[in-house]
Amino acid sequence: MTLQISTTVDARGLSCPMPIVKTAQAIKAISSGGIVEVLASDPGSVKDFVAWSRTTGHELLEQTADGGTYRFVIRRK
Amino acid sequence: MTTETLERPAAPVVDPLAQAIADVDGLPETYVEADLESAIRTKELVIVNWSGDLDKVWPVLILSSTAAASGVRCKVFVTFWGLLPFVKDQKRVVGENWMQRMLTLMQRPGIDNLKLSKMNFLGMGPWMMGVLRKKYGVASPRELLEAATALGVEFIPCQMTMDMFGLKREDLIDEMGDPAGAATAIEIMTEADASLFI
Repeated sequence: MTLQISTTVDARGLSCPMPIVKTAQAIKAISSGGIVEVLASDPGSVKDFVAWSRTTGHELLEQTADGGTYRFVIRRK
Repeated sequence: MTTETLERPAAPVVDPLAQAIADVDGLPETYVEADLESAIRTKELVIVNWSGDLDKVWPVLILSSTAAASGVRCKVFVTFWGLLPFVKDQKRVVGENWMQRMLTLMQRPGIDNLKLSKMNFLGMGPWMMGVLRKKYGVASPRELLEAATALGVEFIPCQMTMDMFGLKREDLIDEMGDPAGAATAIEIMTEADASLFI
């Protein structure tokens, strides 16, 4: 089953905390259950997105790394 | 009469409490309410922004915008030197008397004019910070301030500092909340889950 991605946040080239800030803004714009895909290049985002999803309650569905790009798939609670 | 009392031990085969719990579909209502309330209660962070230095205001803006982005309600009490970065861009020299005006001549107000607490070297330090910031894609204090206010961070200016520095409400950026005093700071700090003095 492929996930229906509602929106993609391209945070590549941005440093902490902008990937989180931009994702928070994007997730506000979609409805509950909607899915956001985030692309980031900040290595710190690997830990940060795990922490952020715990704090907010949004579900981190997938987390992958491809070269210097990190991809996160998050479902809005 | 005696037979009745003798038969009693046989009667509570079913514990009345267990029976009552079993009769209720799911958990008792009051229990559910209390549990939900604690689960959905928003966490709160309070930061006292005391300094006007770049290397202090920057982390304040990073933490406050991240808190708001994480669903943590965030209030920033802005006091003393910390107030000057929140003066509007077009204001260069503010104050009502020469002493207050001289203060802002020595420490230029505004979010783009922050100095480093160490290694300022007449502006060389902040300039190098700016170059490094751009090279590594770090958001500027201005960008972070915009994100923080957009995400609902509440900035509360200190009335006493405003009076002493001769700052009027209209000298400060529009996004700031209503001025308040130390008692408000104490109240929000004691009610918050975490509070920081930076």
